[in-house]
Amino acid sequence: MKELTKGIYRENPIFVLVLGLCPSLAVTTQVVNGIGMGIGTMFVLICSNIMISLLKNVIPDEIHIPAYIVVIASFVTILDLMMQAYLPALSASLGVFVQLIVVNCVILGRAEAFASKHGVWDSVKDGIGMGIGFTLSLVLIALIRESLGAGTITLFPIESLGFNGEIRIPGLVNSPARVMTLSAGALLVMGYLKAAINGINERKGR
Amino acid sequence: MSYIGILITYVFISNLILSQFLGLCPFIGVSKDLESASGMGFAVTFVMTIASLVTWMVYHWVLIPLNVEYLQTVTFILTIASLVQLVEMVVQKYSPALYKALGIYLPLITTNCGVLGIALININQGYNLMEGFMAGFSAGLGFMLALILMSSIRVKMQTERVPKAFKGIPIAFISGGLMALAFMAFDKALLTNLIG
Repeated sequence: MKELTKGIYRENPIFVLVLGLCPSLAVTTQVVNGIGMGIGTMFVLICSNIMISLLKNVIPDEIHIPAYIVVIASFVTILDLMMQAYLPALSASLGVFVQLIVVNCVILGRAEAFASKHGVWDSVKDGIGMGIGFTLSLVLIALIRESLGAGTITLFPIESLGFNGEIRIPGLVNSPARVMTLSAGALLVMGYLKAAINGINERKGR
Repeated sequence: MSYIGILITYVFISNLILSQFLGLCPFIGVSKDLESASGMGFAVTFVMTIASLVTWMVYHWVLIPLNVEYLQTVTFILTIASLVQLVEMVVQKYSPALYKALGIYLPLITTNCGVLGIALININQGYNLMEGFMAGFSAGLGFMLALILMSSIRVKMQTERVPKAFKGIPIAFISGGLMALAFMAFDKALLTNLIG
């Protein structure tokens, strides 16, 4: 259980370990992109954790990094092709960042720090926990950026309910602070969130 | 697009760090002082330029003739990883001084998403070999510019009073954000005005 929950807050990959920043800031202009990216990363993280913890005794020590990268890159390719086939809209809006999951330090970091030292089952739990933590952080950043920057919250459309996937926030939708969806806003939001988490942790520790 | 256009685009308008969010980890991690920032900047520019050339060749001369474009991600990351190793060995052998300056930063570059990012952008934009080379070089320059500016800000910050919760990473992000705000002045309209 500890393996599963530590990724959500105590060892949150983005806010505590400060890993995998590029996708977390680049794709979080819309909540739906954040969810898509988070789940995509979680898929690669779980699969590569399984693979690497199975192969940990076979891979020679000297070339373990290239070997891990090949494993990760293969799963990223699978994910990229699947996304292009089944979720073309999401794939188009994430763009080059789907392929860039391969250099997401969260995945290589977990492979190196956890999966190469633990059994398969623990590695799966670690992958799920870290993946959930990563997804939740992306959603949090995206919620702040999209609601302030565009005045909307974009989710998956549900046709049976007549929901087009977009929640409009009254008041903000007509006069949004556009800068929040641009790069400057992303860096500012990240800075304030990290500061808030530092502040909370400090208060707890006291 | 002309070569000057590509240069201006990747150094200022689509600056890798400040507008495309590629290579943020070193931006925060290695920007504590000017010396390491410029070391990392040079190393990245060097590798990006060579990597753009090599990945372009691999894609157009190997992957396309063999009809295996879907192996793009795997081949590119392997190419970059081996390239970094090769550069490290060559530099170590022929220029110990340069190795001393860049050595510790080279291994970090493999997992710098900027290098893979620019290689993929080159292919997606349909650049030819020379344009790809230019894009890689300019993206590296842009990266170095942002990193060096950031490190000067952070050195100044050490003597300033910063609230405790904001110390270190948070304030670095916020200053990066303000810098990105300043870089928003460079946009596509500027490029059209400059070179038509």
